[in-house]
Amino acid sequence: MSKINLYKFASPATFYGLAGQMIPGFAALSALLFAIGLYISFFVAPTDAQQGEAYRIIFIHVPAAWMSMFIYVVMAVYAGVGLAFNTRLSAMMAQALAPTGALFAFIALFTGSFWGKPMWGTWWVWDARLTSQLILFFLYIGFISLQAAIDDPRRSDRAGALIALVGVINVPIIYFSVKWWNTLHQGASISFTKAPSMAHTMLAGMLIMAVACWTYTIAVALFRVRLIILERERHATWVSELLEEVK
Amino acid sequence: MSMLTWILRRDLLLAIRRKSDVLTTLFFFVIMVSLFPLGVGPEPQLLKAMGPGVLWVAALLASMLSLGRLFAADYADGTLEQMLLCPESLALIVLAKAAVHWLASELPLVLMAPLLGLQFGLPGDALWVLTLSLLLGTPVLSLVGAIGASLTLGLRGGGVLVSLLVLPLYIPVLIFGAGAVDASTSGLGAGGHLSILGALLVLALLATPKAVAAALHISLE
Repeated sequence: MSKINLYKFASPATFYGLAGQMIPGFAALSALLFAIGLYISFFVAPTDAQQGEAYRIIFIHVPAAWMSMFIYVVMAVYAGVGLAFNTRLSAMMAQALAPTGALFAFIALFTGSFWGKPMWGTWWVWDARLTSQLILFFLYIGFISLQAAIDDPRRSDRAGALIALVGVINVPIIYFSVKWWNTLHQGASISFTKAPSMAHTMLAGMLIMAVACWTYTIAVALFRVRLIILERERHATWVSELLEEVK
Repeated sequence: MSMLTWILRRDLLLAIRRKSDVLTTLFFFVIMVSLFPLGVGPEPQLLKAMGPGVLWVAALLASMLSLGRLFAADYADGTLEQMLLCPESLALIVLAKAAVHWLASELPLVLMAPLLGLQFGLPGDALWVLTLSLLLGTPVLSLVGAIGASLTLGLRGGGVLVSLLVLPLYIPVLIFGAGAVDASTSGLGAGGHLSILGALLVLALLATPKAVAAALHISLE
């Protein structure tokens, strides 16, 4: 993309239209990929020798965990860009991504406990990965509630950006401290490593599900950012013209 | 530098004049810690195992409770705005204010902690390690907490919001602080934990004043 285009679409008014054109494509792709991915994960992928049918929960669990981490980084990048270059749209994107990230963090925790019950015999273990996922969820909640508490959009954007950046610097520190804490407290009584080699269909199913989550995230974030743009720009003339057209 | 000493002296004087603030935080800490044995039962073994964690979590919460006071009074009477306008580096001012917050709200807890540790039956060396870990860790709480306090200035429900923002960031300090005491009682030696706490302190000293300064600019714009 050339430089001029980037500047053009950094304006909420033009991006509103672009996002509107992109949403149907990503949404359809996401629905298709979810259908294929779920079919593979329920009907094609073989039953795991050790874990039986219950392992199938990883087809949603693992992509959700990936997405929750990845979205936080993307959010922090948008926040950093917004803070550095004062682009309003970046902050809006960060705000639009946060609920989806929190949702995926929650799904990862929730499905993880369903997987843990038959595998480890317990709903929750204070394992390093589980604990840091929980803390990531808390970081999302902090970001969302800070933005929700500030009425002035400019201050809310910048305050949210700062806390997202502070969070992203802290994520590795938190992860390694939790990991160390866990090894000191628990010892290696239970091994959490998953099956070392994975059948190709399992891997394919998981990857397709991951891409499906990706496209879902893009579609939903764009949908949400469109609403944020409308809400913020409701006094602008282009929005009132748009409303006239709809009427 | 004169600005730094001026702020240190002024804030310390304010803290000394308002003794009740300092004492409330201290008694909150004492009461919180005393509630745990009532909740989980008086078995000495259990209390000994829980002691370091309980003391550290109570210190975290007590430090959070006093965060609201870090900038609130200066924000309300406009002093903070003047500080933002003055040519001195805002990060230095923040550092001075965090130092006073630590002296007034956290140091009393650190000094009280060995006494409460005795109630939990912690042995002598563990009490030393506990105090040392609190000495190294609580300044990090003041510094990181300052980020939350500055971002939530003047917001409704600021107090609860600060806890949501700041408590997840406190986790590494909690882990290594309480872990240091555990490691020393189990005979592993607390050196590693204390070194990491020291490293976290250095990192916080370097990075947080800048972040707080940026946050103050955002909040006061």
